[in-house]
Order: sequence, then C-alpha cells, then structure tokens
Amino acid sequence: MILEARDIRKLYGAYVALDGVSLSIREGEFVSIIGPNGAGKSTLINVLTGVLQPSGGSVRFKGKDIGGIGTVALTRLGMARSFQLVQIFPELTVLETLQAAVVSRLGRGARLFASLAGDSQVQADALEVASLFGLADKAHALARELPQGDKKLLDVASAFALRPEIILLDEPTSGVSTADKHAIMEILVGAAKRIGLRAIIQVEHDMDIVFGYSDRIIALHQGKLLADATPAEIEADARVVDMVVGRRRH
Amino acid sequence: MRTPVVLSLVGIAFLGLPVLAPAYYVTLMLPFMAYGVVLLGLNLLFGYTGLVSFGHALFIGIGAYTGAVLTTHLGVRHMELILPAAALAAAVVAAPVGALCVRYVKIYFGMLTLAFGMVFYTFLLKFYKLTGGDEGMRMLRPYLLGSEWPGFSKTAYLIGPYYYFSLAVLVLATLLMWRIVRSPFGLCLKTIRDNPLKAESLGVSVPRYRWYAFMISAVYAGAGGALLATPTGNVDPTLAYWTHSGNIVFMVLLGGFSSFFGPLLGAFAFIFLQDTVMSVFPYWRLIFGAVLAFIVIFAPGGLMGLFARGRRPVEVSRA
Repeated sequence: MILEARDIRKLYGAYVALDGVSLSIREGEFVSIIGPNGAGKSTLINVLTGVLQPSGGSVRFKGKDIGGIGTVALTRLGMARSFQLVQIFPELTVLETLQAAVVSRLGRGARLFASLAGDSQVQADALEVASLFGLADKAHALARELPQGDKKLLDVASAFALRPEIILLDEPTSGVSTADKHAIMEILVGAAKRIGLRAIIQVEHDMDIVFGYSDRIIALHQGKLLADATPAEIEADARVVDMVVGRRRH
Repeated sequence: MRTPVVLSLVGIAFLGLPVLAPAYYVTLMLPFMAYGVVLLGLNLLFGYTGLVSFGHALFIGIGAYTGAVLTTHLGVRHMELILPAAALAAAVVAAPVGALCVRYVKIYFGMLTLAFGMVFYTFLLKFYKLTGGDEGMRMLRPYLLGSEWPGFSKTAYLIGPYYYFSLAVLVLATLLMWRIVRSPFGLCLKTIRDNPLKAESLGVSVPRYRWYAFMISAVYAGAGGALLATPTGNVDPTLAYWTHSGNIVFMVLLGGFSSFFGPLLGAFAFIFLQDTVMSVFPYWRLIFGAVLAFIVIFAPGGLMGLFARGRRPVEVSRA
C-alpha cells in the first residue's frame, strides 16, 4: 500500500466537503477519481497532497501520516501533483522549467554560486524529461509562448521531472482538444513506465479517458464514496452510471 | 558576442574616465557605483523574485551609519573592513525584518518594508545622542588598501583611489550577482516570481527562498550604503527616508528590472539626469515624475527594454 486514506472528513464551517472517505492506492495502479461538480474531488486531492489538513481521519503515504504537512514536504517524500488549471512559469523556457524540478529533486536549490548551465546532471535529466514528453524541440521556447496542449504537457512533465513515486493529476487533459487528449495520455503513461512511477491518481471528467486508462475508479458523490471498483464493475453499476458516469459513447 | 563587446567598451571607458573626464563628472560616478551595488541586490528581490520593497533605504542607512560609527567612534578606518561590517549589520537587521515581510506579497510586502524603513528613519532622527539626529554623523575618509592616501586632497582621493576602489567593488558585486542569478538558486527565485503555487508544487520552499533573496539584497544595500557615505563625508536620516527608497525603485524601473544590467543603467541615468535637470530647473521632481509616468505607461521594460525593442519584442507583464 503506497497511499491510504481512512475515514476522511473535511468541513468548511457547516458544509461537509468530504464525509468519511476511505481509499487505498496500491503499487502499479492507475486510479481515477470521478464525480459531478461539488462531489469533493478537488478537496480530496488537496487532502491527499497534504495541502489541506483533514477535519477527521488520516492520510498515510508510505506509512507516514501526511495530513496537512504541506506541498514542499510531500514533494520531498515522493509525491507530485499537477493542477486542473495549467500552471507554468511564463517567463521561463521549457528547459528551465524542467531544470527547476530537477534542481529541487536533487536538493541543489540553495547553491548560490554554482553554475546551472555547468550542472551536467541537471541538464541531462531535464532534457530526458523533455524528450519523454515530446518537448525537446521546444526546449528553448518560453512557456508562455507554447500552444495550450504543450503548456499542459509541460505542467505534467515538470511534476514527472521530480521523479516521484506517486503522482496526482487534477484533470490532466482539461482545456485540451479532444484530438490531443489521448496523445497526452499516451505520453503520460509511457513516461510513467519509463521513470518507474509506482502509482498514478487522476481526477478526470472525460469518461473515455477514465475508462480507457484506469485500473480502478473511485466515484464520489456529495462528499461520500459512492463506489470503488474496476472500470467494468463501475460500468455495470446502474446507480453509479446514473449518478456520476452518465451515458458513454462506444 | 554583442554583450561582451559592450561590456569591454564600458569597462575601458570606466577605467579611463578619471583621466579623461572633468573631476565633477567623475565624482558623479561615485554615487552611481554605490547605487549600482544597491540596485544589483534590490533587483534580485524585484526583478528575479517578484517582490517590490519600498523600504530598502533602511539597509542603505544601516550600511552608511555602520561606516560612520566605525570610522568616527571605533577607529576602524579600513574600507576592506567597513564594507563587510556594513553588509553584516544589514544582514543582522534583515534577518528578522525579512522573515516577517516575506510572509506577505504585493502591496502588503511593500507596505511592511516601508513601515520598517520609517521605523529606522525615526530612530535615526530621534535618538540624537546615538545617531546625531537630523545632523547625522561624520564619515571619516576611509583607508584604502591599508593607506590613508595622505598626499591626496579630498577631490583627488575621491576621483582617484576611491573611484577605482568603488569600481572594483561594483565589478565584484556584479560578478557575484551574475553568478547568483544563473545558479540553481537564481532559477528557484525565478520560479517563485513567475508562479509561487507551481514553485511550491515542485518542492521550492517559497518563504525560505524569498527570505534568502531578501537577505542577499540587504547585504548588497548595506555595502552600497557604506560606499555611498564616503563621498559626502556625512550620513543623516534622509538616507533611510521613504523617498530614498522610492528613488532606488525608480532607478530600477528607469533602467528596466527585466534585464540584469537594467538597474545599473537606471542608476547611471538617474544620477546624471538628476544632475542635469537640477542645474537648469529647481523642481526636478516634477520632471522625474513625468519621466516615471512615461516609463510605466510607454516603456515598462525601461531603458534596456527600449534598447532591446529593436532586436525583439519586449513584454513585461509581471509585478
């Protein structure tokens, strides 16, 4: 078990955003979290990534309680995330963005007088991730000048450059054209295998992506766990289909 | 190749200036070089980290008063000792001030730094016995390279040994800052400037790095303050006044905070523009206000942005 959440509750005043949600993520799994707007998906991601302290219950990553420990500490423990809205460094190039992640992973950020350009390991690792995500030919382009699909890729690629053990992707294909979605997912899954990622969790609305790539699907509804099953089981569950999945095109 | 050529020409001009230019203009180069050191540090905070300090004159004041106290009261006259002492004093004050300020951003950060600057200004003004109040303190002529340069008049000392000493300090400070902004640390600062949320998600501790940048900028301001005090021979509370903080922010904007050398150009332009305008028009702030408005509206990249415009588009959207 890599990541385990037990009986998570999260309250915002009187509003119950999460109500007794439990889940576990095992080695090698690709898990999707689905649910309608307001189901508690983003809150769950923020609790799982240590950004929010749960009001009740516990979250353990590699056996360690990570409730509210913060993004930086969790990154060092081996968990990375990407965001629903694309997050880039507009004035940095693709390569610099990836270098920043590598520098952070190697713990070299406090090196005041070291030459970044002369750090062969940082350069090589950043270029490797750029190649994995098909961004090598745009390595020197400014992030703000990239097309939307490439910005999304860069956002995810920088999380991968941390070489995390587990990654949480908040709608990795949101804002991307339908034609590009599967290409991005293929790149993402290929990169995950290449860097030896132990598990992927994604929040996703596109059911073709969810059912096409997930080993397991966790469905939330009004802050509660509605289902935690394989894609086939979810598809066969009329209640979940009605409440969360909707009718899929085949 | 263009930058090394320009820098070489500028270097040659700087080296030859005391011989070729009238003494008056050489003395104007002294505050330029002192402000140059200050602005290199300020721009690490402003241009590279995205934090605008409106109270950085606090650290200039600390550096200048450290120099004055050392030379007048403690008998320490060696500039090679005064500069690190001024930088250290600024760092000691910057540590708690910065730790508090970097918890806030944008206008709140600016206002907090302004508030601390004004606290120090009031301290300098009101604690007369310690600081000399509004009259300030004398800054005795410091020794350079172990010598008082006894055969030199004040002007000869300033446009000779002190000019070259200041130039050496500016060059050293520039080289160090050049290294810093191109280091892994510098890259982390740029990630914070561009997107703190994303920087955190990549494991960059935003408050810690902002604090480091604040400390380094204070060290530069402290050293620059000590350098600034010598030509006037006197330090007073206006060094720490908020308008002085405003002036140095103006210099950065004038030169262009997006460029490494922009603030240096800004300091140069400010000093000489101020001197020229003051000589023909008593209300120089009126002119400077118009210049500032023009820069913000029409040339947000500053003078460096204008120069670069011919080569590539300049977009300055941050801060």
